[in-house]
Amino acid sequence: MNSNRGEDMYQTGIESVRSKKDLETIQAEFIQYGKKFPWRALVCSGASCMSSNCQGVKDALESALEKYELQSAVDVVVTGCMGACSTGPTLIIEPEDVFYCGLQPKDMDELVRIHFLEKTICREKTFFNLNTGEYIPYLKDVPFFKGQEKIVLQNCGRIDFRSVEEYIANDGYLALHKALTQMSRNQVIQEISDAKLRGRGGGGFPTGLKWKLASKNESDDKYVICNANEGDPGAFMDRSLLEGDPHGIIEGMAIGGYAIGANRGVVYVKAEYSKAIERTEEAIRRAREINLLGESIFGTDFSFDIEIRIGAGAFICGEETALIASVEGERGEPKLKPPYPSDAGLFNKPTVINNVETIGNVAVIILKGAAWYSAFGTEESTGTKVFALAGNINNSGLVEVPMGTSLREILFDMGGGIPEGKKFKAALPGGPCGGCVTEEHLDVPMDFESLPELGATTGSGELICMDEETCMVICATIGSGELICMDEETCMVDVARYFMEIAQEESCGKCIPCRVGTRRMLEILERIAKGQGKEGDIELLVELGNVIKDSAFCGLGQTAPNPVLSTIELFRDEYEEHIHDHCCRAGICPDLSGGPCENVESGAKPSDKEL
Amino acid sequence: MIRLTINNKAIEVPEGTSILEAAKANSILIPNLCYLEDVQKIGSCRICVVEVKGMPNLQASCVTNVKEGMVVHTNSQRVRKARRVIYELILSDHPTDCLICERNQACELQTLGEILQVGETRFSGERSKIIVDDSSLAVVRDHDKCILCRRCVTTCNEIQGVRILDMIHRGFASTISTGLELPLGETSCTNCGQCVNVCPVGALKEKDATEMVWEALQDPERTVIVQTAPAVRVALGEEFGLEPGSNVTGKMAASLWDLGFDHVFDTNFAADLTIIEEGTELLQRLITNLYLDGVITEEQVKKTGIEPLTEKVALPMITSCSPGWIKYAEHYFPDQLEHISTCKSPHMMLGALIKSHFAEISGIDPDKMFVVSIMPCTAKKFEANREELRNDGRKNVDAVLTTRELAKMIKDAGIDFLNLQDRDFENPLGISTGAADIFGVTGGVMEAALRTVYEIVTGRELPFEGLHVGPMMGLDRIKSATVTIENPTEAFSFLDGAEVGIASTSGLAGAATLLAEIKEGKSPYTFIEIMGCPGGCISGGGQPRMTSEETRIKRMKGIYTEDESKTLRKSHENPFITKIYEEFLEKPLGHKSHELLHTHYIKRKKY
Amino acid sequence: MSIATCRVDTMDEQDKFALLTQVIEEYERKPSNLIQVLHYAQSIFGFVGADVQRVIAQKMDLPLAKITGVLTFYSFFSTAPRGRHIISVCLGTACFIRGGQPILDHLKEILGIDVGETTEDQRFSLEIRRCIGACGMGPSLIIDEQVFKRLNVSGIEQILDEFE
Ligand SMILES: Cc1cc2nc3c(=O)[nH]c(=O)nc-3n(C[C@H](O)[C@H](O)[C@H](O)COP(=O)(O)O)c2cc1C
Ligand code: SF4
Ligand code: SF4
Ligand code: SF4
Ligand code: SF4
Ligand code: SF4
Ligand code: SF4
Ligand code: SF4
Ligand code: SF4
Ligand code: FES
Ligand code: FES
Ligand code: FES
Repeated sequence: MNSNRGEDMYQTGIESVRSKKDLETIQAEFIQYGKKFPWRALVCSGASCMSSNCQGVKDALESALEKYELQSAVDVVVTGCMGACSTGPTLIIEPEDVFYCGLQPKDMDELVRIHFLEKTICREKTFFNLNTGEYIPYLKDVPFFKGQEKIVLQNCGRIDFRSVEEYIANDGYLALHKALTQMSRNQVIQEISDAKLRGRGGGGFPTGLKWKLASKNESDDKYVICNANEGDPGAFMDRSLLEGDPHGIIEGMAIGGYAIGANRGVVYVKAEYSKAIERTEEAIRRAREINLLGESIFGTDFSFDIEIRIGAGAFICGEETALIASVEGERGEPKLKPPYPSDAGLFNKPTVINNVETIGNVAVIILKGAAWYSAFGTEESTGTKVFALAGNINNSGLVEVPMGTSLREILFDMGGGIPEGKKFKAALPGGPCGGCVTEEHLDVPMDFESLPELGATTGSGELICMDEETCMVICATIGSGELICMDEETCMVDVARYFMEIAQEESCGKCIPCRVGTRRMLEILERIAKGQGKEGDIELLVELGNVIKDSAFCGLGQTAPNPVLSTIELFRDEYEEHIHDHCCRAGICPDLSGGPCENVESGAKPSDKEL
Repeated sequence: MIRLTINNKAIEVPEGTSILEAAKANSILIPNLCYLEDVQKIGSCRICVVEVKGMPNLQASCVTNVKEGMVVHTNSQRVRKARRVIYELILSDHPTDCLICERNQACELQTLGEILQVGETRFSGERSKIIVDDSSLAVVRDHDKCILCRRCVTTCNEIQGVRILDMIHRGFASTISTGLELPLGETSCTNCGQCVNVCPVGALKEKDATEMVWEALQDPERTVIVQTAPAVRVALGEEFGLEPGSNVTGKMAASLWDLGFDHVFDTNFAADLTIIEEGTELLQRLITNLYLDGVITEEQVKKTGIEPLTEKVALPMITSCSPGWIKYAEHYFPDQLEHISTCKSPHMMLGALIKSHFAEISGIDPDKMFVVSIMPCTAKKFEANREELRNDGRKNVDAVLTTRELAKMIKDAGIDFLNLQDRDFENPLGISTGAADIFGVTGGVMEAALRTVYEIVTGRELPFEGLHVGPMMGLDRIKSATVTIENPTEAFSFLDGAEVGIASTSGLAGAATLLAEIKEGKSPYTFIEIMGCPGGCISGGGQPRMTSEETRIKRMKGIYTEDESKTLRKSHENPFITKIYEEFLEKPLGHKSHELLHTHYIKRKKY
Repeated sequence: MSIATCRVDTMDEQDKFALLTQVIEEYERKPSNLIQVLHYAQSIFGFVGADVQRVIAQKMDLPLAKITGVLTFYSFFSTAPRGRHIISVCLGTACFIRGGQPILDHLKEILGIDVGETTEDQRFSLEIRRCIGACGMGPSLIIDEQVFKRLNVSGIEQILDEFE
């Protein structure tokens, strides 16, 4: 998407931002500029909406505005993902905050006429609540947005991701200024620690502690790495954040750099994320141009610059040591820890690796303080978590909720429940590393403590360990934020097979339990799904799965068996039906007879069926 | 010191020790597979996992260092079960070919199965890609049996610096392969066989020559002549259960007679000859340059009895007896080849002499001769096939057997090696001095050459204790020294006070360092010894497997003991060398020498 | 760098190699830049074949085995030419739950190729992606740059017809 406000897009005349005053000037200028327009029309340009032709919608919107001579009344802004992806292309009109969705280019003429000329709401184009059969025009009333708390995503879907001015107008780079001019390195770290920010990349490791470990190491070179490999097969939080608010990540990384004493940052992005790469690259360029990156930022002696490294299709490169290997130009194989990256990471220098979303929290914590931040969420899990909601659910998309929100609220209130009135079967909160959550645990709060308490039912997620003295282990099943909802027509054997297929496809091949073990597990599952399961297969899967978990080299192998073990625990009868009755009650496994698997329910023996 | 308990035993070990090593030092053995002392610790096979109190997962003991107060269990049910399952997983991707595998009874994987009491697997399924590559004249890859331990990769990359092998593809499709997955024979593999030596299973082996030799032995038409390299005699015994370094020269000769070879010679004879030729070449190179630079007069040159060349020559001069090193140089330093002595390697010299001089005196038709070399080396298999190592169209050497292959033949023939009566080599091509023995160890060729050259130049014995050039001894990667020439003979008076820089290295990583210096014109040396394998031929790619540092030291000691036990310890003192010059070769670097004993090298491409 | 603006498809082999060399120079031959160089190589040549690997090894002074090892580790790189159109079926969790697998199976059947392969007429290559960012509207697939959503098996042939 290359032109929206076209030539008119506001760009500051300030060539180098040296002070808070410069920031304030830009802010004032931008507000002044905004005042020229009675309305702002925010067109979502997130990945999902782009795939639904939001470009066409935007073009049609602009022609309609031209036709009705409204160009100077409506500022058309392209933004990142607004969250309600399944309803895209989406459009928000400020100041009323009316939310339009499911748009097509042909709708735009009418919409422009009704909204801007007639000044009423074009109801049919607003959100339709399937459960009540009503249209809901105002964003704040849409159930999907209710209960959400946008901290990390505050700018995402609200500002033009290309405009550093607009970012600054929304208090951007004030946190960096504050850190550099009013806080010592230790104070920054302390603030992050006090806010109890924990890693959102799956491990939940305390970010403040991680920074502290790296800051204590003396070295000429240190690095901050932003982990945007986002490997979970249905996750798009990190991508949306980079696409929709790249300056937020740049600012967070720079603050991290200051705190640990690093002058260089690397954003490691998955190769498939071409838009995220493009937008981040452009944001870095622009930040450099006005000296928000580069030498002596804000006139202090702190220098920081960021480089983008593009991954090349390897889930394992999300693991920190594998990521480092990849940035160094090697095969992305995990390495031994210790040494931990905070001691010897990229090019053997002290390195902090944080997830995109973790970094997205940094600036706001510094700006508004730890106390403000930790008021969100629970005692030990503060702030919010972004989830990528998908699967058999009415409203899929991105939601940001305070930590501790229950799965039920997320799935049924925001997500709008299961389509076509089908029954909920299970949710997978940890992607391929975690386990299932069933109906009875739907009220569990989504935070770092509660999910692990479910123990075996949720698997153990990723293990992270870093502390020079003791090996500290945090089990967190909150995972990265991929949240998949499954209805009654899902076959759990098939789901287990699916995740095992991914694990074995993404295994780096370094260690035997994972390289060979995941393959053997997959083969057993494939056999079962084909109706060729044998007596003892379930036990073999459990034995093998537990050994792989116990002995694999890295987090991938250590968590790969979780979906299998968890589904066996919760849905063992389904496995048995496949094996003994050659029946798939969901009707998914093509070689088996479809359900309901009556033989089992009626207590008949497999042999009866064959006769 | 760190205190910890392993299996409830309180132990104390230095900081930085791994659990595996700590356990071993306290008589607790932890099974392992990918770990290789001194070479690699990568924690990839997970066979060595143990339980560490406080850790949620099992830990690989080869890569986990001890910590104060650690509580370790190496044989709990949980550990034993995990190990067995992991072993079963390996088997599920491995042929069950033990009975016809060349590693049968000498295979680390097999032994592991015995230890873990697992002989079969409950898992079955797809097998990973099968690569059988016998394109190389020296090394065969049978990757059906590869367990991806990566010892070969680490060895080729880090120890040898040749960097031919790497892990290719990922996950279940992973294999060890070459760049572009080319057949090994089309790469710049040096044939050093160091990868073969570390492979725990039958995935890497030498190209078999035993069948060819058996056939020749059975052929009444052919005269089969054998020669044995210096380093074989201190290692062969290991294949029969003897300690590394045990000298089995007499038993080896006896077994060769028993195998039915018609003549049993010793490559050591040619090692002495090499010293004469190579020593003279070194002096010739020095004198040529001094003369052409006008430092010395024609008159002075005449007195030395050495004929200068007409063009300036490259210095430092580098030894040429290691074909692993030669092929490395041809690929990686094609522009520095003129630094390498033109001397053939000793067994090639002997082969050439057998098919010329010996044919003459014995009246055997050289076309009916079949010359077999018993070598510690896989690279010599390739060498024997070089076009330029033929005379009158005949190969100098027809077949090369490694130490391991010889042991196999001895066993196959039913020879009770350990109870053999010692026998001798045949004369004249079987007599040698101590200088020849030390060819088998790093620094040895240098020392042997100095024993002769120094004496030629000064008329006095090399002024080192026990004739050993201390700074050239030992297993350090690069060793160097300066020898000052004092009080030379009249003929070499121009060398008075000259300081001659010497260096020796073994293992190709060291060669790269020295060659880079030469390439940049910064080499401070005049004479350099390079051997392709770390430690020299004592740890050649054809030696009994698992050449640990400890084994190397023992074999090295064996070699020096052999040298010291001889009355004649300088090549020029070998009466049969003098005789062969008188009767056949005329003089060092003479016409016949050039034809039979010298060679040239080929520029080759990298990778 | 000029890469983005230059028209790779109109260049001859020699120019392509010259461009590759230029890329390597710009990356200062640093081994750590290998993956970035491979990305460029793939966009210049469409795949990273044997000649290209040799040139990279030589110019960056890296072992050829290492180039092959790194290249084959990452699924984004291809060592053989690919079809004119690349079909990437999304098998991210959301699309999988919503029926992506039958779509893939159907494509395999009608194209007669497996994932990672190319049809004999060089028309299509078939690949899998794990989420293309249209989860709410799965199952989905991408052909070249174009996204197709809310698919069902019966509509697949019609979509393919659009691509020559
Ligand atoms: C197999 C595997 C894949 C991972 N993938 C990702 C990923 O895609 N993104 C991410 O941020 N962290 C990922 N992680 C976690 C990282 O190793 C690391 O813990 C994280 O980036 C740290 O950032 P945080 O503390 O901000 O969460 C992965 C871990 C493993 C074991
Ligand atoms: S917690 Fe476990 S997996 Fe993590 S680093 Fe420590 S030992 Fe390794
Ligand atoms: S667990 Fe899997 S991904 Fe991790 S090192 Fe082992 S093989 Fe590689
Ligand atoms: S019927 Fe079989 S395939 Fe279907 S859900 Fe039950 S166990 Fe799974
Ligand atoms: S390599 Fe070892 S385990 Fe494998 S077939 Fe040969 S002897 Fe048997
Ligand atoms: S061990 Fe058993 S199978 Fe093997 S040879 Fe002896 S008797 Fe036969
Ligand atoms: S023989 Fe030597 S050079 Fe060749 S692959 Fe093996 S270790 Fe490398
Ligand atoms: S070839 Fe041998 S040494 Fe190399 S990885 Fe395979 S088993 Fe290990
Ligand atoms: S050092 Fe000896 S064994 Fe090794 S390649 Fe050279 S000659 Fe062969
Ligand atoms: S992409 Fe538009 S709402 Fe998510
Ligand atoms: S020996 Fe320790 S992991 Fe292989
Ligand atoms: S899972 Fe298919 S688009 Fe996300």
